[in-house]
Amino acid sequence: MSLVIRGGRVIDQKGERKIDVEIGDDGRIAAVGTGLSAEADLDASGCIVSPGFVDLHAHLRQPGQEEAETIETGARGGSLGGYTALVAMPNTEPATDSVAVVEQVRSLGRESMCEIVPSAAMTVERAGEDMAPMGELVDAGVGIFTDDGTGLQDPRLMRRIMEYSTGLTGRLGRPVILAQHCEVSALSAGGFMHEGEWSSRLGIPGQPAEAEELMVMRDIALVRLTGAHMHFQHLSTASSVAMVRGAKAAGLPVTAEATTHHFTLTDAACASYDPVFKVHPPLRTDEDVAAIKEGLADGTIDAVATDHAPHAPHVKERPFDEAPPGMLGLETAFSLTLTESGLDLPEVLAVLSWRPAAIAGLTDRHGIFVEPGAPANLCVIDPDETWTVSGAAMASRSLNTPYEGRSLRGRVRHTIRAGEPVVVDGEACR
Amino acid sequence: MSAAAEKETSDGTLEVADPGALGRHLLGIDGMDRSTLEDVLELTDAFAEIGRRPIPRVPALRGRTLATVFFENSTRTRMSFETAARRLSADTISFASGSSSLSKGESLRDTVEVVSSYGVDAMVVRHPMAGTAHRVAEWTDAAVVNAGDGCHEHPTQALLDCYTLRDHRGSLDGMRIAIVGDVRNSRVARSNVLAFNALGAEVVLVAPATLLPPGVGGWPVVVAHELDPLLADLDAIYLLRIQRERITEGLIPSIREFATDFGLTATRTAQLREDALILHPGPTNPGVEISGEAAADPRSVILDQVANGVSVRMAVLFLLLGSGRSASGDVGPVVDQVDREVKR
Repeated sequence: MSLVIRGGRVIDQKGERKIDVEIGDDGRIAAVGTGLSAEADLDASGCIVSPGFVDLHAHLRQPGQEEAETIETGARGGSLGGYTALVAMPNTEPATDSVAVVEQVRSLGRESMCEIVPSAAMTVERAGEDMAPMGELVDAGVGIFTDDGTGLQDPRLMRRIMEYSTGLTGRLGRPVILAQHCEVSALSAGGFMHEGEWSSRLGIPGQPAEAEELMVMRDIALVRLTGAHMHFQHLSTASSVAMVRGAKAAGLPVTAEATTHHFTLTDAACASYDPVFKVHPPLRTDEDVAAIKEGLADGTIDAVATDHAPHAPHVKERPFDEAPPGMLGLETAFSLTLTESGLDLPEVLAVLSWRPAAIAGLTDRHGIFVEPGAPANLCVIDPDETWTVSGAAMASRSLNTPYEGRSLRGRVRHTIRAGEPVVVDGEACR
Repeated sequence: MSAAAEKETSDGTLEVADPGALGRHLLGIDGMDRSTLEDVLELTDAFAEIGRRPIPRVPALRGRTLATVFFENSTRTRMSFETAARRLSADTISFASGSSSLSKGESLRDTVEVVSSYGVDAMVVRHPMAGTAHRVAEWTDAAVVNAGDGCHEHPTQALLDCYTLRDHRGSLDGMRIAIVGDVRNSRVARSNVLAFNALGAEVVLVAPATLLPPGVGGWPVVVAHELDPLLADLDAIYLLRIQRERITEGLIPSIREFATDFGLTATRTAQLREDALILHPGPTNPGVEISGEAAADPRSVILDQVANGVSVRMAVLFLLLGSGRSASGDVGPVVDQVDREVKR
């Protein structure tokens, strides 16, 4: 069924224009302009039409932890948040370290409301000991490798993986992306929040900012040595941002993401002792939040990611040390980036859509120019609508949003995935 | 004559502190002001008097049930709370689990809701992780007393320490108190820094740099890394227990080096003032943070601390459960009963 998105302002990499968008039966944009007609209309008056968002960092928990989330529910939440593609993290059970699990994730994703892009572990079982079959995985279409959840501790193995990845560029058709969760576990072990005045006051053992920074420093040095492309996940400290800025200035092939929680919350939130505020890397200080925003403003940080990490309610009802780290993010990311990142609207869309799409190698279909012939992966957002966050109202199987009860501005109205309206007027269509 | 007894009124009853002084729970010293602390200490005098009677028992909390919920072993603290409860005629039940909820597969909330279902009026919670008592308080209608949460707080310990100091000195105002040893991992130190400060004392933390909390610069204390220059100038010295794990954690090179630099040896004890007080939360490591000579010194008030612990906990339980804080909302009779039994 063809349809016209009518009355909105399109913003993409080419800029802003007031045009309607016609989507054909083939799932592609058929025409843009005015006076378009089709079988159905989607009202976009007062709204922005943007290329759909791409999340570089989503924990969809399947296979293995379906109690917390499934690919279906995670993708539904993604659609409601304006996402048309989600990079699925490989810390599944079993870990996504083989073509078999990659194919399982991809096949479950095919039925879902977002495009699911499986990433794979750098090491077998994410154990940090032996290299995963990267060539085989690249041949299966995997372009992002990460042991996310832990950093790869062994510098020698990291160097070898970096070197090995550079030889796979031809087979993938673009450079392989290695994505690092920077955390030196010898420094972070036994710490459950940011180490500082708050951790001392609350009596919660902390982990120092340096646990992250040492690995950022190491990997920048190894990128210089090997020429591999390193993507730094969820940067959370001022010094990490400064080091990545320096690496980019030196022309090294590095990219970086920041999560919404690392520029909207601080370690003071842990004063409630509610593990909904427990996350790795931990919530940091006001100074770190300011540095993340500066990094977003000057392009040091390429993308906003969610690190969407659902956990079943009963495991978040454990004591702070025993509760697993992580928080929901897919349905709140746009509003928080719009209102708290300090970026103007086109930049908000850039860090949520086309920049992450480029890192994930998806620019043929996500983060597109809104023009005839392009695959219709779009979202329509109302920058003025306010809404109240409720974990229970979210699509996720879990409830662990740290923004419960908060009133946010900016909401996703419609999401179109491969031409299909999957979210209409803020409601998921399936 | 005790301070409380001095307030005896013409009809022979005692004026006790405002029973509402603590609010619904006792989770920490953080947030308590000087007058609240003083109210609790003043009320403790009345309960200390009960403890000295031939039959140290009053019916103030008859029919109430107190549960000790301990996720970490602490025989002394549990016995102290149970003794306090029984002297007030409350019933006690206990839940003890050395293992974490993680290994049991049950969430903390499940455990709390099960214990609540026995109809308890108060839960005394001990847990190896900070903040657990705060979480428990969100999940139960019972009054919650924090009996130690990780390296966060141990408020009744601080209250009994303040009571002990006040009992010997009349007031903490202007006292210079050194807290010595593993401050970093000590809930006792955190609670005492807050309580001693609120009551007008100056606190000096004395420890190797690795045993101080990160960010201690923001605390209302003086920090020192050497004990000897301070000894002659202290009104009280408070030794903290050191655990052997601190060596494997790389925080100190050896127990011997720690004892040499920071232990209250006989030599150091001799340098203390005549009127200085020696405190320790127990159990002690003789010869490590405190020598046998120091523990046995006439200036040591370690056993007073234990005895005062029962009186302070009686006061706390009375404040939280007495004064008509029954589930039925039946205020009058309980207050009358306390008037008869406690104020007699």
